[in-house]
Order: sequence, then C-alpha cells, then structure tokens
Amino acid sequence: MNDRPRTLFEKIWDAHVVAQEPDSPAVLYIDLHLVHEVTSPQAFEGLRCRGLKVRRPDRTFATLDHGIPTHDRRLPIVDEMARKQIEMMERNAAENGITLYGIKTGADKQGIVHVIGPELGLTQPGMTIVCGDSHTATHGAFGALGFGIGTSEVEMVLATQCLLQRKPKTMNVRIDGALKPGVTAKDIILGLIAKYGVGAGTGYVFEYTGEAIRRLSMEERMTICNMSIEGGSRAGMIAPDDTTFEWMAGREFAPKGADWDRALAYWRTLPTDEGARYDAEISLDAGALEPMITYGTNPGMGMPITGRVPDPDQVGDPAHKAALQKALAYMGLRPNQPLLGHPVDVVFIGSCTNSRISDLREAARLLKGRKVKEGLRVMVVPGSAQVKRQAEREGLHEIFLAAGAEWREPGCSMCIAMNGDQLEPGQYAISTSNRNFEGRQGKGGRTFLASPLTAAASAITGVITDARTLLQ
Amino acid sequence: MTCFTTLTSKIVPLPVDNVDTDQIIPARFLKVTDKAGLGDNLFADWRYDAEGNPKPDFVLNRPEMKGRQVLLVGDNFGCGSSREHAPWALTGYGFRAVISTSFADIFRNNALKNRLLPVIVDKPTHQQLFSLCEEAPDFEVTIDLAAQTLTLPDGRAVGFPIDAFSKACLLNGVDEIGYVLRMTDQILAFEAAHHK
Repeated sequence: MNDRPRTLFEKIWDAHVVAQEPDSPAVLYIDLHLVHEVTSPQAFEGLRCRGLKVRRPDRTFATLDHGIPTHDRRLPIVDEMARKQIEMMERNAAENGITLYGIKTGADKQGIVHVIGPELGLTQPGMTIVCGDSHTATHGAFGALGFGIGTSEVEMVLATQCLLQRKPKTMNVRIDGALKPGVTAKDIILGLIAKYGVGAGTGYVFEYTGEAIRRLSMEERMTICNMSIEGGSRAGMIAPDDTTFEWMAGREFAPKGADWDRALAYWRTLPTDEGARYDAEISLDAGALEPMITYGTNPGMGMPITGRVPDPDQVGDPAHKAALQKALAYMGLRPNQPLLGHPVDVVFIGSCTNSRISDLREAARLLKGRKVKEGLRVMVVPGSAQVKRQAEREGLHEIFLAAGAEWREPGCSMCIAMNGDQLEPGQYAISTSNRNFEGRQGKGGRTFLASPLTAAASAITGVITDARTLLQ
Repeated sequence: MTCFTTLTSKIVPLPVDNVDTDQIIPARFLKVTDKAGLGDNLFADWRYDAEGNPKPDFVLNRPEMKGRQVLLVGDNFGCGSSREHAPWALTGYGFRAVISTSFADIFRNNALKNRLLPVIVDKPTHQQLFSLCEEAPDFEVTIDLAAQTLTLPDGRAVGFPIDAFSKACLLNGVDEIGYVLRMTDQILAFEAAHHK
C-alpha cells in the first residue's frame, strides 16, 4: 500500500492512524502535546471530573506564555485572574507529572510555546504535534504535522494521547525565486496571504516547496509555517533537509548517538515522493516581493510597503467592498494614501512569528548606534529565556536599551495583549506579530503587521519606514 | 450530554465576512478557568462602548433580537485563534446554530464539540437569507439535523453537509472522549509498534 508516491503530509498521517472505522474520523496518535495556561484549565478540570490523569505526561510539556507578565518576574502578578490561571497550570502540571517551564520551575527554559518546542529539540520531523493554540502550525517547519486544537481536544489528548481527525486535503504552496535584499521570510508569508486571502487554506494542509523555501534558515521557515493559519490552513509543513538536521543536532531532547542515526535515516524518508499528488496548488514568486505591510484588519489586507491603501470604490464585490470600508474606518486610513511616513505610537518586536534570535539580530542590525524616535514606545520581547540569554551574550540587549527600547522578559506579550502589554485605544502599532484583527493588541488599538526589519526601521523614524532606505 | 435534533428560530443577521475569534470573544476575557459567563462578552467590542454600555446600532442590542438562537454570518466565520471560548461565548449567549458559506477549520471543530451546529449553505441561499432579514426580519427557519435540512419560510428545504460521525455524536449526545477511551487496547498496541 505504501508503494504509491505520497506527500510529506500523507506519510506522517499514515504513520499515526491508530484506528479508522468506516464513516468515522481517524483516531490519530499524537507524539507531542504542548500545553499553556490559557487554553488548558477547563481541559484538566474535565479530566478531573472523569477521574483520569494525563495518559502520557512524558509526551506532554507545559509553559507559561500567554498571560504571563513580561516585566521583572520577581514581582507579584497583580492581575488576579491571570495569577489564578498560572497557579492552576502549576498545580495541573504537578498533579500529572508534566514538565512545566514556568516561573517557579524551569524558568531558564520558559518561553512562547512555539519557540521553546523547537529550541529544546522536542519538535522533530515526522511527529504529530498539537497545542491549544492556532500557531502550532509553526512546528511544521521541521517536517512535522503540527496544528492547533480547542480545549475539548486538549482534554481528549490529555486523556487518550489521540485525536479524532478527518483527513484534510493537501495544497502545494510553491515559492520560487530569490528574495531581494531587505525582503524577508515575513514578507513571503504576508505576500502569500495578501495574494490568496485568509480563507484560501480552509480544509487544507499547506506544504511549502520551491527553491526559495530550500534556501531559508530554520527560523525563517518557522516564520512562514507559523502564519499558515492566517492563510486559513491549520498546518503548514516544509520537508526536512540538512538545514533542519543541522539546526536540531545536539538540542536537549533531540535523539543522541545511535538514536540520532536511526532517526535521521527515518527523517530522510519523509520528503514528498516524486509523482505524489496534491489536491491543490498555489504559487508565489519570492523574487518579485517587496517588504510587505498590512493596512487593514485581517492579515490578508496587506500590500508592498511602497504601495497605496486600496480604494473601496475600485472593488466590485459588495462584500469585499464593505469589508474594506469597515477596515479603513477602523484603521483611520483613507483610500489611495501611502503608508510610508504614517506615524506610529508603539513598535512591538516579538511573538511566536518573529521573536527568535535571528529576528532580534535583524532588529539590532538597524538599531545599533541609533536612537528610537522620541515619544515612541518600542518593546523588544524575546521568544524564550534561552533566546534572551543568547541575545544578552551577543550584547543585543545593550543595543536595544541604548537606542531607548524596552528589553523585556519572554512571553506572548502584546501579540495577544492579555498580560497588560497592550495598546491604548486609537494607538497605532507596527508589529512583528501575526494578527491585525480589531482590538487584537488592545481594545481600539490599530496594528500594522510587518517584518522585524521594517519594525526596527520605523522605531528609528517614528513613522512607517522602508528599512532598505536605512540599510547600508 | 444534551442532543441536537431540530431547531426552529428567528435569525440574528451579522453580514460581516472573516469574523475572527478575537471579535467573537476578545483575548482579555480568556483569563477564566471555567466556561461560564462568556455569553455576556460575546462580540464585546462591537456590542459595548468604552463605558460598557450597549451600542444601540449593534444587532445583538436590538430588543427584537433577544432569544433568537440562529446566527447568520458572512464567509469564513471563526478564523484566527483556536480559542474554544468562541463557541462557549456563542452558546453561553443562547445561540445553537450558525449559518455561513464557510467556517474556519478549528472553529468548526470546536463548535461541533459544544453542540453549536455550523450550517454551511450555498451562496444563493446565503444571499436569500440576508435579503429576507432585510425584507421580513421576523421570519423563522427550521434546522433538522437528522434530515440535514434548513427550511426557509417559502417552504424550500436546503440541504447542508455534515460528516456522519459528527452528526451521530450531536443526535445521540455521544461523548467523544469516552469513545476514544474505549479504544485503549488499540492505542496500547499502536504505542508498542510506534517507532519511538
């Protein structure tokens, strides 16, 4: 049965089906379950009501990221509800024997769930990986099947280490061409979503292929897979290659010695076979991309940074026209206006999309020896404690602090704005995160999504700036 | 567990495409550790002003909308975050079905697990429903899950898709976790054979 050419997705799917009854979803085995404080309390409570414990604590890892403050961790958590949620995570982890990277335990490895999974070597090619968070798609950069689940499904995985899943369709997302200087992985994914829309991937798993993808580092690949969900796809995958294996080697939970050799031999069988068929195919020329920025209230409302805001009167479809009018009204933007030079109040460099060491190096490259525009708030929030230490070893924090930016503790911070890091009503932010929905970064706040380079350039000028004008 | 069989209700129309789960329930309400009370904050930032007073022009705040159990929305409803708080807020408010042309995958799964029925209709039916909401806003529709039909005021019954398993779970109140827990022997066998 396995002689038929198969895609990367099909190989992983087939290897994890525990049972498949007619007219029913597959019972899919989950290799790695990542847990955080916000989407898990009700799941653990459900487990408790059933009189059950976590079936495989050895395959379950928890962190505190969504609600955790990013100021000094020695200070008490003043938000009563956030504190209670964090204490419940601590209690649930302790009662079930789950490793928790938090405040009291594992603080040296705490961080955003999609940053720490890969950096600890927990994320490995060929795995099925779930988390109660839609950006679990990030882990697909390693040739794993990673996808977000709801809290009922979190409870299911805690109880059974399995999920009931209908097999999704596959879409080949071919990215060819070579990026021009100053254009980044973030611009690839923002360009893709601007071209195909936020619903294009519904019902599909993306596999990113093509020469542009092959040339990317692991951290750039994670940025792209991370935002698959913004294109409507629960999972985005990239076939593992030597770039993947080199990045993984030696990490804490990566296989060692003979186990590594055996794993590597298996991982090399995972890439999509010649002649395998996808259910759909889309493409993008990376060589034609400019740095991208969003102007609207969903991640598909994006354009080249040198462009002009679209005019609703030029949109034929009534629903699209209404959506654009609503978005521009919320954003306080006029049709046909350029975004270059538009003032911003806050710059946020962080999130599971762009808070890894390479992102911070990119931002520091621009900020070195320069000052943040007076009156502007610039937050740099590393993705994990390990990223923070690495940045400090390289002196990046000194560059940020000398420029006048804030250097904070790791967490989701202003990407989801539920820990006190948030915009005031009406403020504009340029943000390296993944969502520009109304109120996403604080009620009434207005978000421009862009790359770390664009964010850092705009931090210097206080207005939306094309980083290429500042790069030497 | 309660079952879903048929439902007859008037409709709350919300003609917005790509409604994301941050709109359905903003993140600041996710600090709860149970599922109760989220209905009060359903669509909070569209529904209440800065002082927390209901905005009279938002559809849920119109007096005649009270008690309606079917929500009619634009394409790709429920995109964005995986928060199950979205269907908890919708059912907490009193909705039992949402009609659209398409739903985001994670939201759709989460809805089904909370006995909130996602009803997918074709574009012409979708437009007809929104037109009816303008012309005769107090009409009723009937959703029959067993027959997989949505019956319009003119008597036309429109079919909608749902996979057989989800349908059976909703009709019979099946506990999905209990269903998988009964497969423990198969899971153990799989784990023994799994390469790692």
